[in-house]
Amino acid sequence: MSAVGSNTRVWALHLGVIALLLAANFVLPEYHRGVFSRVLVLATFAMGYNLLFGYTGLLSLGHAMFFAAGLYGAGLPVYHLGWSVPLSFGTGILAGGTLALVIGVLALRTTGVAFMIVTMMFAQVFYLTTLYFTTWTRGEEGLVLSQAMRTIDPAGLDISLSNPSTRYLIALTLFSAVLLLMLRLVRSPFGRTLVAIRENEERMRMLGYDVFRAKLTAVVLSGLFCASAGAAYGLLFGYVGSGFASIQYSILPLLWVLLGGAATTLGPLVGTLFMFYIIDYTSGFTTAYLLLVGVALILLILFFPKGLLGTVRERWLKWLP
Amino acid sequence: MAAVTPLIETRALSRHFGGLKAVEAVDFTLQPGEIRAIIGPNGAGKTTFVSLICGRIAPSSGSIALDGNDITRLPAHKRVLAGIAYTFQITSIFPKLTVYDNVALSVQRRLLKAGRVVAGELDAGVAQALARVGLADRAQTLAGNLAYGHQRLLEVAMGLALEPRLLILDEPTQGLSDGEIEGFIALVREIAKEATVLLIEHNMPVVMQLAQKITVMNFGRVLAEGSAEEIRANAAVQEAYLGTGRDG
Repeated sequence: MSAVGSNTRVWALHLGVIALLLAANFVLPEYHRGVFSRVLVLATFAMGYNLLFGYTGLLSLGHAMFFAAGLYGAGLPVYHLGWSVPLSFGTGILAGGTLALVIGVLALRTTGVAFMIVTMMFAQVFYLTTLYFTTWTRGEEGLVLSQAMRTIDPAGLDISLSNPSTRYLIALTLFSAVLLLMLRLVRSPFGRTLVAIRENEERMRMLGYDVFRAKLTAVVLSGLFCASAGAAYGLLFGYVGSGFASIQYSILPLLWVLLGGAATTLGPLVGTLFMFYIIDYTSGFTTAYLLLVGVALILLILFFPKGLLGTVRERWLKWLP
Repeated sequence: MAAVTPLIETRALSRHFGGLKAVEAVDFTLQPGEIRAIIGPNGAGKTTFVSLICGRIAPSSGSIALDGNDITRLPAHKRVLAGIAYTFQITSIFPKLTVYDNVALSVQRRLLKAGRVVAGELDAGVAQALARVGLADRAQTLAGNLAYGHQRLLEVAMGLALEPRLLILDEPTQGLSDGEIEGFIALVREIAKEATVLLIEHNMPVVMQLAQKITVMNFGRVLAEGSAEEIRANAAVQEAYLGTGRDG
């Protein structure tokens, strides 16, 4: 893990994946490019979740609130105040980070199952709040951000976020930035600290680590990544609704991360992509597609108990970060 | 007693668990550079007492000072930074991480305190700590796959890599073979050149060979304190401990 030789290999792999995704913008058919845009943004959400769940070992069932904080933090100012896209993207991230700090301080007083329940309850409060302020959020129906609201014009350049290629490239930029940040993070001393907290918290305390502070930092970083995904999602796809704050969106990132491989840098992308396409594919055959999805997931867990990349790492490629 | 400020000084230190007085009104001083052994029958409060010193457990009353500064309220992780390292009675390592990473966590903590972590310094620190306990060739093994005796040594290496001023060893020779114990005694002598060692130990030959001074605990109190000869000759100690529950 400290070997310098594996360094080049690891960076080559990650940059290679980003290059492939960039190439995909020019070769993918329109429909699939649209799917990939969504997947890239949601995979960013999953990466944020993975930092906390996979690396730090904290199972949260409330991450929809961080995604939705980004979504609303960006969407509301655009819709109601006519703020520009870059500025509201910033407020979205800020909203998620602030929320994560507050929730972290409160929820980290608990561990294990209690942490799960507490985060879930906070997320429910957030969800109900979005419904309560229907005047502003229009609840489940949501707000549609018009094309005009989603245009960036720095120095007269008219960049419309509803253009498929622009949208894809922005989604890819966000994904790549978070992926490379995650890679640096998990290979840094702080990353090693988080993994060790997951493995043996008491020992870490007795090695002189401020465990609470490390975990809080992880929650805030996770919240920032998830909020950046939420803000991008609202701005790129032009819709901001309460559905994204519901429990479903707390469970989905867990599922994506487990499928792709918890505590792997690329697992969230693989898991999210896999889940999207298996639903897409099976729903073409039958209306009972969830049955097929269920069977596929069971088979996957049977043969890839640590998720796709997690198992690949365990059996073949030990150097995968 | 010399006029030096003691490294550790406790006053009327107590810890009660409900009605159980695990540690009761202990006054204890430890001079810098000492190798001190704490002995006593099972349940005498030895582990609780050292846990109070390293901060794993909060005291019910009394005070603890390090270099004359009160640390009674200092959280455990800050006491480690102040130089108190604890190795667990029940081996506590990171079984799913490599031996290298286990020790790297200690070295990294020390380097972080001083500034920032440089990869070269980290590697050197890990190699040095592993070499001292004789595990240099196991760096890339998963810690959980080590033999039990080696896991104990890894635990000591993690303590050493912190470069502590006080190293607390809680029954370090438990479960080790005779050969391993010999090596261990040599290692502790080596460590004692740079750090003060506080040792809880059941194995009497080990205690007699290593400790310059012995503290005997019974029912949460200090029963006697002195050199190996004094302790051997002490009637109360013989009755409470050596005469009955002698093991090892």
